[in-house]
Amino acid sequence: MQFPPWTEEHAQLRDTVKQYAINELAPHRFDWDKAGEYPAREVFKQLADLGCLGIRFDPEYGGLGLDWWSTVAFIEGLSHCRNAGLMMSILVDTDMATPIISEIGTDEQKREFLAPTITGEKIAALGVTEPGAGSDVANIRTTAKRDGDDYVINGQKTYITNGAIADYITLAVRTGGEGHGGISLVLFPTDTPGFSVGRKLDKLGTRSVDSCEIHFDNCRIPRRNLLGHENAGFLYIMQNFQGERLVAGIMAYTGMEIAVADAIKYGQERQAFGRPLASFQVWKHKFAEHLAAIEAAKALTFQAVQKIESGQDPTKLVSMVKLHCGDLAQRVTYDCLQIHGGYGFIEEYDIARQYRDVRLLTIGGGASEVMKEIIWKWHSLGG
Amino acid sequence: MKIGVCVKVAPDTDTRIKISGDGAGIEESGIKWIVSPYDSFGIEEAVQTQEAQGGEVILFSAGPKDWQTQLRAGGLAVGAERAVIVDDPALAGTDPLGIARVLAAGIASEGCELVFTGKQAIDDDNVQVPAMVAELLGWPHVSFVTDFSTDGSTFTATRNVGGGTQEVVTGSLPVVITAERGLNTPRYAKLPAIMKAKRKKVDVKSLGDLDLSADDITPAVQLTNFSLPPERPAGRKLEGDVDTMVQELVRLLREEAKVI
Repeated sequence: MQFPPWTEEHAQLRDTVKQYAINELAPHRFDWDKAGEYPAREVFKQLADLGCLGIRFDPEYGGLGLDWWSTVAFIEGLSHCRNAGLMMSILVDTDMATPIISEIGTDEQKREFLAPTITGEKIAALGVTEPGAGSDVANIRTTAKRDGDDYVINGQKTYITNGAIADYITLAVRTGGEGHGGISLVLFPTDTPGFSVGRKLDKLGTRSVDSCEIHFDNCRIPRRNLLGHENAGFLYIMQNFQGERLVAGIMAYTGMEIAVADAIKYGQERQAFGRPLASFQVWKHKFAEHLAAIEAAKALTFQAVQKIESGQDPTKLVSMVKLHCGDLAQRVTYDCLQIHGGYGFIEEYDIARQYRDVRLLTIGGGASEVMKEIIWKWHSLGG
Repeated sequence: MKIGVCVKVAPDTDTRIKISGDGAGIEESGIKWIVSPYDSFGIEEAVQTQEAQGGEVILFSAGPKDWQTQLRAGGLAVGAERAVIVDDPALAGTDPLGIARVLAAGIASEGCELVFTGKQAIDDDNVQVPAMVAELLGWPHVSFVTDFSTDGSTFTATRNVGGGTQEVVTGSLPVVITAERGLNTPRYAKLPAIMKAKRKKVDVKSLGDLDLSADDITPAVQLTNFSLPPERPAGRKLEGDVDTMVQELVRLLREEAKVI
C-alpha cells in the first residue's frame, strides 16, 4: 500500500495552492507581519474562489467532500506563504471553528454559517480561551442564560485569533453548573449588540493576524444557534480539538521543512574561513539530524491522519503529534536561525519571523504539558 | 469553434539539469515535469477565447502517455475540455519537423480553426515547431504574440518586434498563434476543477491512428551529444568612490563586454 495514500489530485491540489501562496501571499509576508494585519476579506475571497475553504465539508453546503489527505495537501501548499500568522487565521476559519458545525450543526445552521464561510463571505473564529481558563476548558465562566427563545451572554474571551475580523464565533459558554458538564457551544454573530472587541494583543509572533480580547455584555442570540445538545459542549470541544491539533502538527512540519531548506541553502552560499558554512561537519550533522527528525514527525503526523480518516479515535496519536512536532519545531528553528548568524537576528530573512512564530506551537491549541497529561492518561488506560 | 493548443511537457524551471551517463540526453530521474510555461499562456488564451466565443479547447501533445498527468493539472483543470496525446515508439528519436507533422495531423483530424502554443518550449528552446505546424496545415502564423482578440472569423494579434516596437497583425482564421510572456496571466487550477479534470477525456493515439508512419517522422536532425555550459566566471567588484566606479563600469561595458 502506498503511504501516505496520495493521488495525482492530492499532488495537484498542493501544487495549485503552493503556486497561489508563492505568487499572491508570500510577497507580502514582511509587510503584513509589520502592519499586524492583512487584507483578510480579499484573501478569503481568493481562497474561496480556489475552492479551499470547504475541502472536507458536504457539497450540499458548497464544500468539496474530500478527505483529510486533501487538507494535508492544502496546508503543505499554503505553508509556502511563509507566514504562520496568516496560516493560523485561515486555518482557524477552515479547520478549527467550522468542522464542528459541519459535524453536528443543523441544516439551518449550516446554511446560515457554514455555507457563507465556504464562499468566503463570512469569516469564522473559535472562542474558547478566557483570561482564567485556557487549556483548562472545564473552567470557563462566560455565561449564556436562557431567556425565552434567546440566550443572553455575558463574559469575556481572550487570545481569539480572527477576533477582530470574524463575522461569527463558534463560542464556548456556560449554560449549566460548574465543571465540564455545564458547557455548551453556540454560534455567535459578531454584529450582536453588546459585543465588543477589546485590546488587540501585542504578540511575540504570528503578528500578521489579530488576536483579541472580546467582551459580551448582555448579548442576546436566538436559542436556535445552539450547536448540538445543551451542556454537551465540553465533549464537542474535545472532539474539535483533535482536528485543530492535527492541523497544528501539519503546520509545524511544513514550516520546519521550509526553514531547514532555507537554512541549508544559506549555509551553502555563505562562506566562512574560505568555504561554505554548510560544508563544516558541525552543520552537516546538525541538519542531517533535523532532516531525520522532521521525516519522523511527518510519519507520525500521517499516522494520525490515517487514524482520523479511518474513523478511529485519534486522541492519543494526535496529542503525540502536537507535542512532538511543536517541541521539535523549537529546536529545528533554533539551529536554522543560528546558522544565519547575525542575519538571523534581523528582519531581512524569513528566519527571524519563523523563530518567533513557532513559539506558539507548544502553547496554542493545548500546551505541550497538557498533551503529556492526555498521552499519559490514554496510555495508562491501555488506549 | 474548436481551438487547439499544442502542449509540451518539460522539466520544471528550477530543475538542475544533469547530463546522462552516455552524454546523449539528460538525467531524467528526480525531475519534476510541468507544462512548458509558454504553452500555459497558450492554454489560458485558448480558454479565454473559448469563454468569449464558445466551442471547445483541445490539447495536443506528441510524447509519452504519462504526460497526461501534467496535461490534466496544467490544462484540463484550467478549462481545456479534452486532450489528445500521440504516443508512439518512433517519436523517441524524432526532430522538431517530426513533432510538427504529428501535431498538425492531430489538429487536422479534429478540424480546429485556431491553434495556440508557446513561442518555444523551455527545454530545448528550438522555437521551430509552431511555424512548422502552421506551414504543414497551410495556415498563417503569428509568433511572439502579447495581445490577441478574435470575433470568430477574423483576428488581431500584437507582437513585439524588438526595440520597443510593436507590430499589429490582422487576418482571418485559421491561424497559429504563439504566446509570448505577457499575453495573459494563467489562472490557478481551482480545487473543484482539479477533481473534475480527473474525469475528462485523454485520447492516446498512435501514429497509425493519424495515418502517419515512422517513415514520416524520420529525423533530419539528430542530437548526439550534450554538455553543460561553462561555469560563469565570478563577478568583479569595483572599488572607489561612486564617480570612479561608474567610469570604470562604463569603460568595462564598452571595452571588455562590448555591449555599449
